[in-house]
Amino acid sequence: MKILVLLKMVPDVVEELEVAPDGKGLDLEFLRMILSEPDDHALEEALILKERYGGSVTVAALDAPDVDDVLYTALAKGADRVVKVADIEPGTTTRMAAAALSGVLRESTGLLPADLILTGSQAIDDLDGLIAPLLAHSLELPYVGIVTQVRADEAAKTATVIKEYPGGVRGEFETPLPVVLGIQSAEKPPRYVPVAKVRAAMKSQPIETAGALTAADAGGPLAELVAMNKPMVTGAAEMIEGSPEDIAGRLCGIFAERGVL
Amino acid sequence: MAGNIWVVAEQWRGEISEVSFELLALGREVADQLGVPLEAVLMAEGRKESAGALGKADVVLYADHSSLAEPIPDVCAEALVQLAQERRPRAILVALTNVSMGIGTLAAAKLSAPGINFCTDLKVADGRIEAQCVLYGGKMEATVTAHGEPAILGIWPGARSPEKGRATQAPAVEDVTVTLPEPRVRLKRYLEPEAGDIDISQQDALVAVGRGIQSKDNVALAEELAETLGGAICGSRPVIDQGWLPLSRQVGKSGLSVKPRLYVAAGVSGAPEHVEGMKNASLIVAINSDPQAPIFNVAHYGIVGDAMDVLPALTEAVRARKG
Ligand SMILES: Cc1cc2nc3c(=O)[nH]c(=O)nc-3n(C[C@H](O)[C@H](O)[C@H](O)COP(=O)(O)OP(=O)(O)OC[C@H]3O[C@@H](n4cnc5c(N)ncnc54)[C@H](O)[C@@H]3O)c2cc1C
Ligand SMILES: Nc1ncnc2c1ncn2[C@@H]1O[C@H](COP(=O)(O)O)[C@@H](O)[C@H]1O
Repeated sequence: MKILVLLKMVPDVVEELEVAPDGKGLDLEFLRMILSEPDDHALEEALILKERYGGSVTVAALDAPDVDDVLYTALAKGADRVVKVADIEPGTTTRMAAAALSGVLRESTGLLPADLILTGSQAIDDLDGLIAPLLAHSLELPYVGIVTQVRADEAAKTATVIKEYPGGVRGEFETPLPVVLGIQSAEKPPRYVPVAKVRAAMKSQPIETAGALTAADAGGPLAELVAMNKPMVTGAAEMIEGSPEDIAGRLCGIFAERGVL
Repeated sequence: MAGNIWVVAEQWRGEISEVSFELLALGREVADQLGVPLEAVLMAEGRKESAGALGKADVVLYADHSSLAEPIPDVCAEALVQLAQERRPRAILVALTNVSMGIGTLAAAKLSAPGINFCTDLKVADGRIEAQCVLYGGKMEATVTAHGEPAILGIWPGARSPEKGRATQAPAVEDVTVTLPEPRVRLKRYLEPEAGDIDISQQDALVAVGRGIQSKDNVALAEELAETLGGAICGSRPVIDQGWLPLSRQVGKSGLSVKPRLYVAAGVSGAPEHVEGMKNASLIVAINSDPQAPIFNVAHYGIVGDAMDVLPALTEAVRARKG
């Protein structure tokens, strides 16, 4: 089973986000980038599938601050090959990123064909599209999103996948291979890997690089972000301050007033 | 006719989804402001009678095809693209739900048309549609415009009240033809949720824990409060993914929608996918260590603090008051 995983870095929203001086994006200066959470699950699912069926896991990621750490971590977790897709400009939209990635997948040796192409189902900055369906379109492959489980039949060239629906309902789908899957969560929480193993990977395994389209090659964005701002607090929560005991007392009073006690 | 506003009516398991009426309400406003007709697109098999409920639209374009029996995004996008190429709408509203996710992105790619995700509102300014979007898990808002037509607009659930999208009059229904291959992706079956020990959608009081609860052990602090309040515990997706609570306790897009009289959210950031499942609770109290957490935009009362301090104190106080 040949599995390709595509990873993307996103701003860590635990940190305070600031708007850039031009008002049209995030201020990159204060940004900490982390691996998009569903992508972490996509990697985990790929590793689980490799353990189950054998084969290889190749990871490709767009260049971004701290992406090297993520790629070495992927190697330490059991990925066989990691590729950094360079020349991505800051502010690249998801559609341009998808165009760049599909270009690299087609042009680099040994990345395609793959049986399974996994990526996260959605990222918090996918303003102009989702990577998985964009890649499925440009690679002319089927797509299933919001996937939480994958069973593959290499001989039959098919996979059975579970997709999440509202209300806890799930759908079982059969798809031919290769397929592009948007992974929502892996069958198990993403594994932990000790720092020592990551350091060892840094010393022994290389990050390959591949060129990509620039924003200009992709033709510029079709969706234009004209202004970004922090949400105006609409419902404006009334903030309660004080010691935990004071807060608890106030809340109890409110509960009683509202008849929930 | 070219230039119309379209709403993709989501149908799933024999029903038109609530969100379709929300989109109709929003689409109606945009169409009226632009002075163009509103059309609903219903793609299904043998469900023409459902079109009658979509009277908020001037016309329902009904595409009947055996490949459209289930809303497979690949297939729906192909059908939508064929119709859009023929009829050239100005904008297409698609719901951002687990059912429809992917349709908008695929259609936009196939049409080389602009796609805008995460829309909470649409405005018309100088004859142009401006989308208001929520990004970064609710931490930023953006105003976005499209270059090119049709603009394919992914709309979050909750943009309008579904009541505003219902109508008593029946719309004109036009049969439209699409040519579709056999779906590559096939639904084998639906798996019903395992019945939980309790149904969280039937509780008066819910205490929700998010990733901020930090460990499985700490979940007990919330459990105690829930018990003391005579309610139940529920959680956000990461808590379920970690296995700290069963799937039957998940609130949000992939989980359940709840409407309790009291919802205490502890260590929940307030991502749109969570908020869509709990925003209609009568009284929302949020405890979060981050003063910028988006949950404070939907909560009625907010506490900036450590859930591990506030939860036990609150349990004590409720106990004392109950006597
Ligand atoms: C298709 C799709 C479907 C989804 N469906 C759902 C769904 O059904 N339900 C759902 O919940 N999510 C769903 N999500 C995920 C959603 O996008 C968010 O990732 C998720 O809701 C975040 O959960 P959280 O708030 O617990 O975690 P985080 O966003 O990580 O937030 C943790 C919060 O805890 C706070 N915190 C940390 N320490 C403390 C402390 N000591 N005391 C108090 N606060 C603290 C932090 O400030 C932070 O705000 C879905 C996503 C997708 C793409
Ligand atoms: N101008 C553009 N802006 C954004 N995305 C683009 C643009 N041009 C092409 N793409 C993306 O690149 C992918 C490949 O496009 P194509 O070269 O038409 O096969 C498509 O799926 C588009 O999503």
